[in-house]
Amino acid sequence: MTRLVYMDNHATTPVDPRVLEAMLPYFTEKFGNAASRNHAFGWEAEAAVDRAREQIAKLINAKAKEIIFTSGATESDNLALKGVVEFYKEKGNHIITVATEHKAILDTCKALERKGLVTVTYLPIDECGVVNPDDVRKAITDKTILISIMQANNEIGTIQPLHEIGKIAKEKGILFHSDATQGVGKLPVDVEAMGIDLMSFSAHKIYGPKGIGGLYVRARNPRVRLAAQMDGGGHERGMRSGTLNVTGIVGLGKACELAGELLESESERILRMRERLRQKITSALDEVYLNGHPMQRLPGNLNLSFAFVEGESLLMGLKDIAVSSGSACTSATLEPSYVLRALGVGDDLAHTSIRFGLGRFNTDEEVDYVAERVIREVTRLREMSPLYEMAKEGVDLKNFNWARD
Amino acid sequence: MAYSDKVLDHYENPRNVGSFSKDEPNVGTGIVGAPECGDVMKLQLKISASGIIEDARFKTFGCGSAIASSSYVTELIKGKTIDEAYAIKNTQIVEELKLPPVKIHCSVLAEDAIKAAVSDWKTRKAGGPEAAKKVG
Repeated sequence: MTRLVYMDNHATTPVDPRVLEAMLPYFTEKFGNAASRNHAFGWEAEAAVDRAREQIAKLINAKAKEIIFTSGATESDNLALKGVVEFYKEKGNHIITVATEHKAILDTCKALERKGLVTVTYLPIDECGVVNPDDVRKAITDKTILISIMQANNEIGTIQPLHEIGKIAKEKGILFHSDATQGVGKLPVDVEAMGIDLMSFSAHKIYGPKGIGGLYVRARNPRVRLAAQMDGGGHERGMRSGTLNVTGIVGLGKACELAGELLESESERILRMRERLRQKITSALDEVYLNGHPMQRLPGNLNLSFAFVEGESLLMGLKDIAVSSGSACTSATLEPSYVLRALGVGDDLAHTSIRFGLGRFNTDEEVDYVAERVIREVTRLREMSPLYEMAKEGVDLKNFNWARD
Repeated sequence: MAYSDKVLDHYENPRNVGSFSKDEPNVGTGIVGAPECGDVMKLQLKISASGIIEDARFKTFGCGSAIASSSYVTELIKGKTIDEAYAIKNTQIVEELKLPPVKIHCSVLAEDAIKAAVSDWKTRKAGGPEAAKKVG
C-alpha cells in the first residue's frame, strides 16, 4: 500500500460524496440569500435551510426551529456560554464544567472568569475519564446558572453520563449545555431524554463541510434565552446574525440525515475495526496502555500509550499514516495533553500516547496495515530507547535520579 | 511540522545506536533528560587512555529531532579529544540539522549528554569502578 491512510477522524472527516452532491446546486443555480423574502431565489434557499433544520432536528429529537446555525462548534460553545452568562446574569454567576472539556469550553470559561462575570467549577474525572454525576450535584450552588459537560471526549473518546446529569440539572432548574461535537451522528443523541437545553455540534466531524455547525437551543420547558454575540440583521431568531451559509447548511443537513440512517450499522462496523486494531497491536507489543474507558467510549476512538516510545517520534515513523499524538511536544513548554493529565496518566506515559480515530471510510485492509506499521515502528524505536533498555534491566524508572534541566 | 532532510536521514538511519558495557573502564556514560519531560538521551563514549574518543553509542527516547541530535553527535565526536568534545556547542547541532526554534532544547540536551559522558569517564578514571556504579 503506497497511499496515505487517514485515521484521524476526530480532527476532521472528508465530505461524503452524497453530501457534496446535495450541496453543489446551492453554489451556482440556487444561490439565493435565505433572508430574501420577496423573490423565488430567496424562497428556494430558505426552503433548503428549513429542510436542513428538519434533518438535524430529527437526528437529535429536537424541533426544527430550535436549531441555530453557526460557523462551527467553537462558535456554538462561545455563544452558549457567553450568551447564557450575559442573559441570566441577574439569576446567578456560577458555571459547572469538567477539566477535560474541549478548549472552546475551557478557554471561554477562563475568559468569562477573567472579566469577573462568573466563577467556574472544573470537576475532576475518574481514571477512565468519566465525571461523577454526584460531583455535579454537589457542585451546584444557588448561583449556578449553567452546567456544561461534553458528550464524548475528543482525545480519549470517553462518553459522559448525560442522562443522569440532565436529570440533576432539570431537578435543580439549571440550564444544561453539552458540547456534542464528537458524539452527534456517532452516538444516539436525544435532547429530550438527556435533558439537554443547549447543544453544540459541527458538520465536518460527520462527513460534512468545514465552517458550518449549530447550536440547539431549547424553545420550551424551559425556553432558553441567549444574549446574541453577533449583532446585525437578526437572523436565527436574533441569536446569531449573519447571512446564512446555505451551502454549508445543506451539507450539514444531509450529513445528519446520512448519519441517522447509518448510525447503527456504521458504529458497529467502526467498533469492530477499532477492536481489530487494538487486539493486533496489544497482542504483538508489551507495555501498551489504553487511555480512557474500555467500553464507554466513541466507537472510532483508540488512544494508546506505547511506553518508552515518545509519541512524536512514532508519528514521524508513521509518516504515511495520519494519526495524532497526545503530547504537544512541539510547543515550547513541552506540556503533555491536559486531558491525559486529568486522567492521572503520568507525564512519562502521556508523552507516548497516540490517538487513532477510525471513521466511515476506513477499511479492514487499512486497519491491518496500520497495526503492522505501528508494531514495526514501536519495536524499532524501543530498540533505540534507553528507557526500554533500563526497564528490561530492572531499573526503577520512577525513582531513577534523572538529570533534569 | 516539516523536518529537515538531515533530521529525517538520522531518524531513519540512526548512526551508532546501541550500548557499550558500562563496566568497561574506558567507557563514559551520560544519561540526560527525564521521561516526564519527553526526552531522555543516553550517550556512551569509548575513550582511550590519552583522552581520544574512539567510539560512541547512543540510545534516545524523544522526538525525531532529539534522535537526530544524538545520532549526529556520535558521528561528530569520534576522533576528538575530550577537551574538543567538551567544547562542542549546541548551536553546531542546530546548524547542521537545521532545527527550528521549538527544537533547540534537543540540541541542548545532546550537548549536556556529551558533557555528562566525559565527566563520567573522568570520575571513573579518578575514582575507579566504585564511582562508575552511580550511573545507570
